[in-house]
Amino acid sequence: MGTGTETGMDLLRFATAGSVDDGKSTLIGRLLLDSKAIFEDQLESVERTSKDKGFDYTDLALLTDGLRSEREQGITIDVAYRYFATPRRKFIIADTPGHVQYTRNMVTGASTADLGLVLVDARQGMTEQSRRHAVILSMLRVPHLVLAVNKMDLVDFSEETFRRIEAEFTDFVRKLDVPDLTVIPISALQGDNVVTRSEKMPWYGGSSLLHHLEHVYIGSDREMRDVRFPVQYVIRPKSDEFHDYRGYAGQVAGGVMKPGDEVIVLPSGMTSTIESIDAFDTQVDEAYPPMSVTVRLADDVDVSRGDMIARVNNQPEQTQDLDAMVCWMSPGALKPRSKLLVKHTTRTVKALVTEIDYRLDVNTLHRDQDAEEIGLNEMGRIRLRVQQPLMVDLYEQNRITGSFILIDQASGVTVGAGMIRD
Amino acid sequence: MTVDGNYRLSQLDELEAESIHIFREVAAEFEKPVLMFSGGKDSIVMLRLAEKAFYPAKVPFPVLQVDTGYDFPEVLATRDRWVERLGLRLHVASVEQAIKDGIVVDDGKTPRNRLQIGTLLNAIEEEGYTAAFGGGRRDEEKARAKERVYSHRDEFGQWDPKNQRPELWSLYNGRIHEGEHMRVFPLSNWTELDVWDYIRREAIDIPSIYFAHQRRVFERNGMLFSESEHNPLRDGETVSERQVRFRTVGDLTLTGCLESDADDLDKIIEEVAASRITERGATRGDDKFSEAAMEDRKKEGYF
Repeated sequence: MGTGTETGMDLLRFATAGSVDDGKSTLIGRLLLDSKAIFEDQLESVERTSKDKGFDYTDLALLTDGLRSEREQGITIDVAYRYFATPRRKFIIADTPGHVQYTRNMVTGASTADLGLVLVDARQGMTEQSRRHAVILSMLRVPHLVLAVNKMDLVDFSEETFRRIEAEFTDFVRKLDVPDLTVIPISALQGDNVVTRSEKMPWYGGSSLLHHLEHVYIGSDREMRDVRFPVQYVIRPKSDEFHDYRGYAGQVAGGVMKPGDEVIVLPSGMTSTIESIDAFDTQVDEAYPPMSVTVRLADDVDVSRGDMIARVNNQPEQTQDLDAMVCWMSPGALKPRSKLLVKHTTRTVKALVTEIDYRLDVNTLHRDQDAEEIGLNEMGRIRLRVQQPLMVDLYEQNRITGSFILIDQASGVTVGAGMIRD
Repeated sequence: MTVDGNYRLSQLDELEAESIHIFREVAAEFEKPVLMFSGGKDSIVMLRLAEKAFYPAKVPFPVLQVDTGYDFPEVLATRDRWVERLGLRLHVASVEQAIKDGIVVDDGKTPRNRLQIGTLLNAIEEEGYTAAFGGGRRDEEKARAKERVYSHRDEFGQWDPKNQRPELWSLYNGRIHEGEHMRVFPLSNWTELDVWDYIRREAIDIPSIYFAHQRRVFERNGMLFSESEHNPLRDGETVSERQVRFRTVGDLTLTGCLESDADDLDKIIEEVAASRITERGATRGDDKFSEAAMEDRKKEGYF
């Protein structure tokens, strides 16, 4: 860990997925340990526990299995976030369990990820779960995918085994929409190709996993073309010094905004010009994702939370009918006529499920058109009618203005996640 | 601000933007938020972010401090400076008063830290706060690594780790029922080093005890504690003057200090970056009781 993370370092968020025995926790433990993000007291506690359990090695998985119930059952039950940094980058890992009933956790972890890391056991190759993980990552439009073929030490670092798995996975991924795939042979337990290139696999010409994570280019992954600014909060100080100040605060969801830009406020359709973009007590020349700023307009137009600021000649679609791929996360199934709440950017509206188009089998990509409901941890295509218009983009064009969550009105619980499709 | 002139924020700017988004979201959606303020560096960084989120308007919620009666005077002084500068309403919930009122029971053995839980929950309930910002970071501890940014608390103020709401994209679900509240952690994705880098970048006013200074201390369970009337010496313990600093500031009977010559932010950051022990492991007596200590306290309603 270098001193001073403030200089020029950027942030890479990645999601990991793997089956219970793929060695995912060991790999994360290895990355944390080798980048010195794990401290002596944490390591001591893990060493002590490993010894108490009668293991003859330090079980690095214990570093990440946080809750007591998980330690007792020896499985990871929820999304956990881990942090480490190298002098080049800071990393946030969304560590999601690969266990079959926890698709919702994987979707959650993938929703914010720039990169998805799928692990397979070299002895087994691709499994139903690794296919499912790839499908979910592609569905969530995670721009980069890495397949780590783990436990290479147990197949004598065989190139043939690696190439077979690589070919099989590449072939499968071709059917999905994955812009960038990298396949790396590793041994998490022994550290081969994790931080440094392994001498045991001279036939492998690519970079180590950490080197790849440090250098993968994520600059153009954010949507910079279409200006989208969901208004989150209206700032009106009503003080003597700032008597007439009226600013619209929010986080830029797309595009580059500049003072002088002609803009439209939706849904009202009023137009104005950006007078200034304030970031605390200074004004900035431009604002882009994911900056949190306050926009002031030249004209006195009525703007409130839930409105969206866009360019006059480049607007999101205003609609009360949503076509979406959803992941259902609640024990009670999603059925036609279900009434829910939709939270989309800064707007929460009532919604009615008008149609279940199909249920998607994430293992085979088969579309079941006869499906009448979508159950827990299942995905499917639905249509929703919402009470007030939403300003939306397709999820493939903007992960922020193209996504929403579904909330149960009675319990208040988040029961689903949706991605807008055409 | 940009990295490679490429419309990329530096990681610290990205964290700041995310935290500001969270503050604004809570202020917009909750009727009565409050910021839990300990006087420690994390809660001060929260205040700084809140200041930025609503500028030039005032921070639109009060701050709540649980006074253990064992707080460092330097910390209370910093608190008062911040409250004064930002023109905030300060709500102090006193553990002493909660003991007198019979809300919590002081059996002479339970640390003040644990008595804070009942005091805090009572204050939240009495004032009807619906959201309480906390300075918790996911890098601090294993149980926290699994906690959401919006962490739902039932009508008993308890956290149910197996029944957390999924949290997707930057869409936070703030729906609660009568009597429930939300704990909100705007610094979830910050690490200890990020917090220090930010303090340096923003020249943030923090309690002087974070910097190396001369102090009369004694050793207990391998940690150094400040001499204090609240912390009577036990057999065999002797006081000596050493150059120390604190890595966390809490109840002074439980918060240890380290020998250090880091008397400015550059040296502190160097020390933190080189440190091989977590801040809690180094200086918090309360987490050493059991491996699941934090998980248990969190379930009960701790910060």
